[in-house]
Amino acid sequence: MNANSAVRHGLSRWLVLGVLLVASVYFLAPVWWLLVSSTKTNADLFRGNGFWFAHFALLGNVHQVFAQQGGIYWQWLANSALYAVGGAAVSTLIAALAGYTLAKYQFRGREFTFNSVLAAVLVPQPLLAVPLYLMFSGVHLVNTYWAVLLPSMVSPFGVYLARIYAGASVPDEIIEAGRIDGAGEFRIFATIALRVMSPALVTIFLFQFVAIWTNYLLPVLMLANDHLQPVTVGIVGWQAQRGIGPTAVPFNIVITAAAISAIPLVVLFLSLQRFWRSGLVAGSTK
Amino acid sequence: MTTALHERAAGRTTAAGARRTGRRRRGRPVVLFLAPFLVPFAALYLAPIGYTVYQSLFRMHRSGLGLTAPTQVFTGLSNYATALGDPDFRSSLLRVLLIGAVQVPLMLLLALGLALLLDARSTLFKRFFRLAFFLPYALPGVVGAIMWSYLVAPGLSPITAAAHHLGLHLDLTSNAMLAPTIGNMLTWGWTGYNMLIIHSALQAIPAELSEAATMDGCSAFGIAWRIKVPLVRPALVLTTVFSIIGTAQLYNEPAILHNVAPNLSSTYTPIYAAYDAVNANNFNAAATESVILALLAFVLSFGFLKLVQRRGAAL
Repeated sequence: MNANSAVRHGLSRWLVLGVLLVASVYFLAPVWWLLVSSTKTNADLFRGNGFWFAHFALLGNVHQVFAQQGGIYWQWLANSALYAVGGAAVSTLIAALAGYTLAKYQFRGREFTFNSVLAAVLVPQPLLAVPLYLMFSGVHLVNTYWAVLLPSMVSPFGVYLARIYAGASVPDEIIEAGRIDGAGEFRIFATIALRVMSPALVTIFLFQFVAIWTNYLLPVLMLANDHLQPVTVGIVGWQAQRGIGPTAVPFNIVITAAAISAIPLVVLFLSLQRFWRSGLVAGSTK
Repeated sequence: MTTALHERAAGRTTAAGARRTGRRRRGRPVVLFLAPFLVPFAALYLAPIGYTVYQSLFRMHRSGLGLTAPTQVFTGLSNYATALGDPDFRSSLLRVLLIGAVQVPLMLLLALGLALLLDARSTLFKRFFRLAFFLPYALPGVVGAIMWSYLVAPGLSPITAAAHHLGLHLDLTSNAMLAPTIGNMLTWGWTGYNMLIIHSALQAIPAELSEAATMDGCSAFGIAWRIKVPLVRPALVLTTVFSIIGTAQLYNEPAILHNVAPNLSSTYTPIYAAYDAVNANNFNAAATESVILALLAFVLSFGFLKLVQRRGAAL
């Protein structure tokens, strides 16, 4: 490499770094603002530098969040946990069973079933939310826990992932060996296949958990009773009450509540990065 | 249905009799194993779609005095004519088309550019940048939208404050700025996700290809443009389709922005309009608008796929 091209190479390297730095400021600065703002009093939010700390009032804010409206924030977190853990656990098990069956059994209608699942992966949840609401209000399920839990229990994407993974990682020989030993079909699935498929199960659970925890349109349509609402709907409800009457919720409470509600996801994301990537990559190769 | 599966499974078996009885026994597990998924799937995916199409063909008819309960009357496609004749709904459709036409290409170009830079061999701090770009996706969409709504809200916004310092008057929640503001929220939230998909595709390209091109005197830019971009075409097509579908279902961002920008209409996007119709207890209109939106999303994403396929064949 001659001197000239070395200089050019070094220059372009710095240029690339500069572009990437600018981009990361764009993506990180708003989150930084949210974190800084969650440590400010309501009055401080309206003065001074938005991106730097003022009087440190984080603990007071957290206290206010959990005290607001009779401590309903606890209930919202618990509801979100119930919907997300319950829905994700059930949908993961169902998806594992269905995906394993689609991968390991020969039967008529197998391809048709799998193709319907694939088509459903492309149907976006928000497009389904209004139809689900119309149907649920017809059978009086609206405004109950089931209105959010039931739709959370079906994950076509999970079935897709489970089938791909079972097809690639559960050897036919193990299944045959189980049969020769006299194990029933379900027992083979529960004791052998599930264990082999466990990395895929974590990915399915993770994606479904996140989808349910972050869902807004479905619960806001279904749940008028704020004691049934998940945290997303609750916080937006607080945000909407801004400045209206004596029940107005100050900005610092909404901001801190929003920041707290993101913690479980950020923790999941950072601790399970490997599974995030495997799910996204599987999604992109279909 | 069980017996049909039995016969089929047994018929296919070519092995010895002992094996055959084994297969025969296995017809039932298939049904039992698939039912826990297929029954809720039918009830919660297929049934609501059917029910919504059905609802869109009816209208509530109230008798003149309103003394008797309203009855459902079949009205054919007249709800569709009403919805498409409604200027508010029409402009909501136009609005998402416009936002999609501008925002989706910009976002994907940004995602592709960042993915290519991250993929270049000499780039530093790759892990940090990948995490930084992906962080918005790890945040719940509602939290991101609340955050941005305050970042643009007059009085709170540090952006407006900075512009004010420079002597500029900037209101990011004014009517003219609503669409760019929402476009920015979408770009911020989804660029990292798309970048990761494209980046994964880039990593699957064998290193020898770029090395050979470098030997032939191809510049880094040339390698990116002539070799890498064509090879990650499937990932680009996929992210485009996802983004089109994503834009069609736009709801959270405008609904949350509405809390700081009361001028944002409650029929801003088609789903917002359907939600508005639900709130007004006009279920038939909500159903009709949902069906129109679903058809539009299908036609656009499928049309795009056909378009690239045809062009792919021509190349």
